[in-house]
Amino acid sequence: MNQTTELHWIDYLIIVIYFCFVLGIGFFLRRFMRTSSDFLASARSIPAWVAGLAFLSANLGAQEVIGMAASGAKYGIATSHFYWLGAIPAMVFVGIFMMPFYYGSKARSVPDYLSLRFDEKTRGFNAITFAVMTVMSSGISMYAMALLIQTLHIFDSPIRALGLPNEWVFHASIIVSAVIVLAYIFLGGLTSAIYNEVIQFFLIVAGFFPLVTLGLINVGGWQGLQQKLQPAYLHAWAGLNSPQNNPLGVEWFSLIMGLGFVLSFGYWCTDFLVIQRAMAANSMASARRVPLIAAVPKMLFPFLVILPGLLALALTHPANAGGPEGEKGASPVAAVTDNSPASLIPAETNPQTGEILKDEKGQPVLNYNLVIPNMLLKYFPSGMLGIGLTALLASFMSGMAGNVTAFNTVWTYDIYQSYIRRKADDRHYLRMAQFATVFGVALSVGVAYFVAAFNNIMDVLQLVFAFVNAPLFATFLLGMFWKRATGHGAFCGLLSGTLAAALHHGLTLSEGAVPGIKGGWITVLHTYPSQMAQNFWTAIYAWVVCLVITIVVSLFTRPRPDEELRGLVYALTEKETSSRGPWYSRPVPLGIGVLILTLLLNIIFW
Amino acid sequence: MGIDLRYPIGVLFVVFGLLLVLYGLFGGTADDSRSLGININLWWGLIMLLFGAVMFFAAYRKRQGRIGEK
Repeated sequence: MNQTTELHWIDYLIIVIYFCFVLGIGFFLRRFMRTSSDFLASARSIPAWVAGLAFLSANLGAQEVIGMAASGAKYGIATSHFYWLGAIPAMVFVGIFMMPFYYGSKARSVPDYLSLRFDEKTRGFNAITFAVMTVMSSGISMYAMALLIQTLHIFDSPIRALGLPNEWVFHASIIVSAVIVLAYIFLGGLTSAIYNEVIQFFLIVAGFFPLVTLGLINVGGWQGLQQKLQPAYLHAWAGLNSPQNNPLGVEWFSLIMGLGFVLSFGYWCTDFLVIQRAMAANSMASARRVPLIAAVPKMLFPFLVILPGLLALALTHPANAGGPEGEKGASPVAAVTDNSPASLIPAETNPQTGEILKDEKGQPVLNYNLVIPNMLLKYFPSGMLGIGLTALLASFMSGMAGNVTAFNTVWTYDIYQSYIRRKADDRHYLRMAQFATVFGVALSVGVAYFVAAFNNIMDVLQLVFAFVNAPLFATFLLGMFWKRATGHGAFCGLLSGTLAAALHHGLTLSEGAVPGIKGGWITVLHTYPSQMAQNFWTAIYAWVVCLVITIVVSLFTRPRPDEELRGLVYALTEKETSSRGPWYSRPVPLGIGVLILTLLLNIIFW
Repeated sequence: MGIDLRYPIGVLFVVFGLLLVLYGLFGGTADDSRSLGININLWWGLIMLLFGAVMFFAAYRKRQGRIGEK
């Protein structure tokens, strides 16, 4: 299937129309870009529903889409914890409790809030690590897209038609995506990125809904799916009493604390990539509704992005994945040895030799990341295939664009204006922001080639990101809800939390892993049942260390006077009297409604 | 800033919907074995077309309403 997939003119036409459309939006918005605030913050003019869908889509890059389906095939319905336990409660929390400070303080970015609340060094640490991470992430996203396009051979024939050798599929993917993303952000700034994210949201639904429907029909409906999979793959919570009883290999405490609390709140409540969308909203009421509006589709997205993984698993290996008498916890795909094109979950191959890669036990390593693309190629005829691929390309590009817009804002306001050139007129900062877009994209391209040349570097980078991100939520929680917390406390807390994460990772390992990038690079003191359990505990330790150190150092340092903290801390901020209007337009009732529905979903798929 | 986003979304979905419907009707059905014998281009194209039209007219009516108020 992979080798013979030829796109028809209709598929190319759909993709080209989409590219033109994206650029058209950039050109249209160009005339509105007069100040740095227009360019970097959409002049705080975005309606709640638009910012809400962008808030959701900015996180829904293709790596998320592909990764969630891959996890669906690996872990089953338990993958939905990333949404129903992880994302939703955090999104409700940030909307109800944290947006008043982000939006109300007039901070221009998340690091900017840290400088208002704490001090320059805390802002500097957060701004610089964040800027580096966004450029790296955007480069990794670019690399992942180029690699996928190369693996699927979908654009081989246009490259051949141009008379270029096959390696150019990779180069062309990088160049074209970089140029398009650069163009539409350079022209239309954050607004352009937000508009394209909203369009991407609808494209993902348009591309994946029919895919899931066809997959479900093929497998014989929900009942057919249940019959073809082991029971362990069909439950979110049952089996969480012990790591041995569920495919995730974690127990309930580390799942709830590690994923549900530390990691999810850390991401959704402090990552400027998503918060930026809410800060662009047109009023405080809108800003608070943004994450809640995003939570509604987020709740339903497991059916679009995780279900394809389950379907692929049921369709590929019905013989191995059967019945309640099937061996619990064992991988249902262990018996696969073929790399036949008909398989939706093919084995990973060495890119140079084409040989199938095997793990230490001699089993082939499965490339779960090809689940979504292979499903698209299997079920969609030309026409729909164009829509499906456009949705995937759109989410790759908006994944990059989200990082680039977050980067140019943090660079311009939190690094350039704070440390390089403090006083200049706004035109100067607007130009700098546009220039930052150009070198942000250029650096991303550099990262993409760097990652391509040294493949293991990607794992190292993602590990370092995890260390830096793990303690963040403790800092924000104390900053917003404990007025005694000081700048010295926050800075020491962040630093020691990051170090604690690295130390914990260096001292522990997951079962069956080799010391090195997977952990245990100092010495192995403890072995976790799975890598996921190790990750969750790394986050929990980092968070606790950051919390304790921040509190202790704060108590020994001089607090800021209350006057300076107005609007930045819960106790010193006037509560907004409950705004009028129907319940669904008020943050608190909307948040409670979202939580009740999420609870129901958890019970249904228990 | 500038536009009601429902216009561009409406336009894009109408264009994609129309393309799919036409391709579903005249493009040949040789490929339909992939989509389990269903002419997915025709049916999903119709749904996309309808969605695009609804988005477009919702934005249009709101604008008319505003002009009416003035």
